Amino acid sequence: MTALGRWLAIACAVLCLGAASDPGERLADPAQEARARALFKEVRCLVCQNESIDASNAELAQDLRAIVRQEVAQGRSDVEVRRFLTDRYGEYVLLKPRFSWANAALWLFPLLVVLGGAGLLVGRWRSPQAESAALSSEETEALARLADDPGADRGSAS
Amino acid sequence: MIVEIGAFALILSLILSVLQTGASALARVRRGPVLAAVGEGAAIAAFFTLAVAFAALIYAFVVSDFSVANVAANSHSAKPLLYRVGGAWGSHEGSMLMWCLALTGFGALLAGYGRGLTAGLKAVAVATQGALGIAFLAYTVFASNPFWRLTDPPVEGRSLNPLLQDPALILHPPFLYVGYVGLSVVFSLAIAALVEGRADAAWARWVRPWTLAAWSGLTVGITLGAFWAYYELGWGGWWFWDPVENASFMPWLIATALLHSAVVTERRGALPGWTIFLALGGYTFSMLGAFLVRSGVLTSVHAFAVDPTRGVLLLTILGVTAGLGFALFAWRAPAMARGGMFAPISRESALVLNNILLAAATATVLLGTLYPLIREAMAGEAISVGPPYFNLTFTPLMFILLLLLPAGPLLAWKRADAGAALQRLWVAALLAAVAAVATLALAEPRSLFGAAGLALGVWLIVGSATEVAERIRLFRAPRGEVLRRLGGLPRGTWGMTLAHAGLGVFVLGAVFETTWKAETAEVLALGQRLEVAGYVVALENVAPVQGPNFEAEQATLRAFAPNGTLACMARPERRLYSAGGQTTSEVAICTRGLSHLYVVLGERRTGADGEPVWLVTGYWNPWALLIFLGPGLMALGGVVSLSDRRLRLAAGRRATPAMPAGPEPASKPVGEPA
Repeated sequence: MTALGRWLAIACAVLCLGAASDPGERLADPAQEARARALFKEVRCLVCQNESIDASNAELAQDLRAIVRQEVAQGRSDVEVRRFLTDRYGEYVLLKPRFSWANAALWLFPLLVVLGGAGLLVGRWRSPQAESAALSSEETEALARLADDPGADRGSAS
Repeated sequence: MIVEIGAFALILSLILSVLQTGASALARVRRGPVLAAVGEGAAIAAFFTLAVAFAALIYAFVVSDFSVANVAANSHSAKPLLYRVGGAWGSHEGSMLMWCLALTGFGALLAGYGRGLTAGLKAVAVATQGALGIAFLAYTVFASNPFWRLTDPPVEGRSLNPLLQDPALILHPPFLYVGYVGLSVVFSLAIAALVEGRADAAWARWVRPWTLAAWSGLTVGITLGAFWAYYELGWGGWWFWDPVENASFMPWLIATALLHSAVVTERRGALPGWTIFLALGGYTFSMLGAFLVRSGVLTSVHAFAVDPTRGVLLLTILGVTAGLGFALFAWRAPAMARGGMFAPISRESALVLNNILLAAATATVLLGTLYPLIREAMAGEAISVGPPYFNLTFTPLMFILLLLLPAGPLLAWKRADAGAALQRLWVAALLAAVAAVATLALAEPRSLFGAAGLALGVWLIVGSATEVAERIRLFRAPRGEVLRRLGGLPRGTWGMTLAHAGLGVFVLGAVFETTWKAETAEVLALGQRLEVAGYVVALENVAPVQGPNFEAEQATLRAFAPNGTLACMARPERRLYSAGGQTTSEVAICTRGLSHLYVVLGERRTGADGEPVWLVTGYWNPWALLIFLGPGLMALGGVVSLSDRRLRLAAGRRATPAMPAGPEPASKPVGEPA
C-alpha cells in the first residue's frame, strides 16, 4: 500500500536528482549559498506532492530556487525572503507553518496532550485507594463471617 | 481458469468469514463448544481459501495473463520473475488482497493457537476477527477485485513503476502488513475483554505476543521502506515525514505504547482501560493508514479521492469499525476495575510517562498529517506541514522520552527509589558526558545538536546494558554467580535490552548522519574528479548497459580515501525504462566502516568544448549504516522477546490466580538495595 502512495508522493523528487546543488545554479558566496540551501528546505515545491525545492528538480522548483538565491544575493533576510514567497504563493509554499492563531492548535496540541496526560497521572496519584479499598456489602459480610468463624466459608461455592 | 478459481476462493473466504463470525458469536451467547469449534474451523478455512486466491493472483502475474485487468495495469512480460511476483502486491487491488490474507491468517492463528484463552473470550475474539475480515473481504470482492477480467485484453502490460522494482520494496509490504494487520488481533482481544468485562493480567499476557509480533513486523517494514528511499531516491534521504510514512509510523508508535502499557496490566493488573484503549487504537491507526494512502486525500490535497468510491468505502469501514469499538469502550470500560495503585516514583509511573509521551508523539504526527486537510476544510486556506514542523515538535518529545528511558527498567514496581536508580546509571551518564565533550571538541563543524544527540545515543546504549549488568550483578558477585544469573535471564529481558540499545544505535546514526553529512556536486568530463569529505572521486568511464527491461548509462568512478588508497570502484547508473518511459537512478554506495560514500550519476550534458559531461554528486553519509542497524536490533529484540517461554505458555493454563504472584525474576524489583 505504501508503494502506491510513496510513488505518487515522491515521483517528482526522483526525476530530479541532486537538484539543489547543481553547480550551474550555485551562488558564488559560500555563506549566502549555505543560507539559500537552508531556506530551500523550508520551501515547498508547489507542483510536487510533498517535496521541498531542495530535493526537487521540477521546473518550478528550479525557478523558486533561482528566486530564493537572487533574494539572498541581494542581501534580504530570511524573514523577508519568506514573506516574498508567501506574498506570491500563499502560506502553502512554507513547509514550516507559521506561528499564528490559525495554526495555534497545530503548534500547541502536542503540549496539551502531554499536560493532559500528566494531569491524569497526577490525579491518579492523588486520589487514594478509594475504589480498591471499598468493599461491596457481600464482601463485608463474608469478611465478618470469616472473622467470626474462619471455617464457616469453607466449602461454599466460589 | 486458475484466475476464476482464485476469484471463487476469494468469495468463499468471505462466506467462511461470515460463518466464522456468526458461529463464534452464537457460541458466546449459547455457550456452545460445538458452535465455537465451527467458528474456529471456519476461521482456519477462510485463511486457506484466501491463500489459494492469493496464489492464483501470483500465478496470473507470473504467466503475465493480461486478460486480468490488474495484471495488465501493473505488470509487463519483460519484467524479471521476482518483480512479476512482487507485482502481485504492488497494486491497490493486490495489496488489499494481501491485507485480507494477513487478516484471515491472524484469525486462523488466533483460532488455532488461542487454546489458553477462556472460552467466552476466545469466541468473541474469533467472531470480531471474522467481522474485521468480512469488512475488508467484502471491499475486495465488490469494489477492488484483483481478478476482474478485461473483455479486450492488451498484448502487453503497463508495467510496475520501475522505482518499485526493487528487492526491498518486494519485502516491504509483507512485513508492513504483518504489522498493520497483526494489530487486528489485539483489537479483537480488546473487544473480547470489553464484552466479557474483564481485562486482567491473563488477558494482558495474551495481548503482548500479538503486539510484539505486529510491532516487530512494522519495525522491519518501516526500516525496509526507509532503506529503499535511502538508496533508490538518489539523495540519501531516508525519512521525509511524508503522509504515507506517517501513516505507517503512527501504528508503530501506538504499538510501542501498547507494548509498555500491557506490561503494567500484566504485572500489576493496573491500567486495563488504557491498555484496551491503545489496543483499539492500534488497528484504528492501521485502517486510517490504509484509507489515507489509498484514497489519495493526502497525496492530492484538492481531490477527495483518486477513486472516490473506494476512498469513501474505506472511510466507512474505518468509521464503523473504530466507531463501534470505541463506543463499546465508552460503554463498558468505566465499569472495569482500575487495578493496583502505585507511587509517583515507580516502574508503573515510568511506563505511564512513556505512554503519555508516545501518545503525544502520535497525536503530533496525526495532527501534522491531517492539519492541512482540516484547515482547508474549515477556512479554505491551503497550508503545508512539512519536516520542519515535525523536527520542532516530535523530536523534543522523543528527546525527553529517550532521556528518561534508561531509568525506567531500573525502577521497582509500586514504589521505587529514584536516587538509587540514577546512582546505578553513573557509568552511562559519565560516558554520555564524555561523548558530548569529545564531540564538541573534535567534530567539525561544531554542533550542539550533534553533541546532545550522540550523548543521548551513548546514554541509551550504556543505560540499557546497565540494567542487565545490575541483574547479573556484574563486578559485584563471584564469576560463577554472574554467569549463572546471565544464563537465567529471561528472553524477555534480552529482548527489551536489545530494543532499547537498538534505539540508541539508531539515534547515534540518525544524529551523526543528519549533522555531519557532506555533499559535493560537480559537472565532470571523463578523467575529472570531485572531492567530498576528503574522498576523491574520479570519473573514469561511462558506458551503456542493457538490462532486462531497461537501458542504462553506467559510470565507473574510482574513489580514493583521504589517505590516498583506493576506497572502492563506484558504478552508479541512470536507467531508462522503455515500458513507462521513466528514468531512475541506481546509486553506488561504498561502505566505509559505518559510513557510506554515496555516488549519484546525474544527467548527461554537453560541456563547453562539445564534449559530453555528467552531473555527478558525491555524498558522505557518516554512520548511515547505524540508521538501519538500530531498528534491525529493535526488531530482533522483539523476536527474541517473542520467543520467551513465559509468553509461549498460555496465560489461561496457569493454575495460579490471575495476578502473577511475582516469583519470576523479571518482576523482582531491581531497584531494591541488594
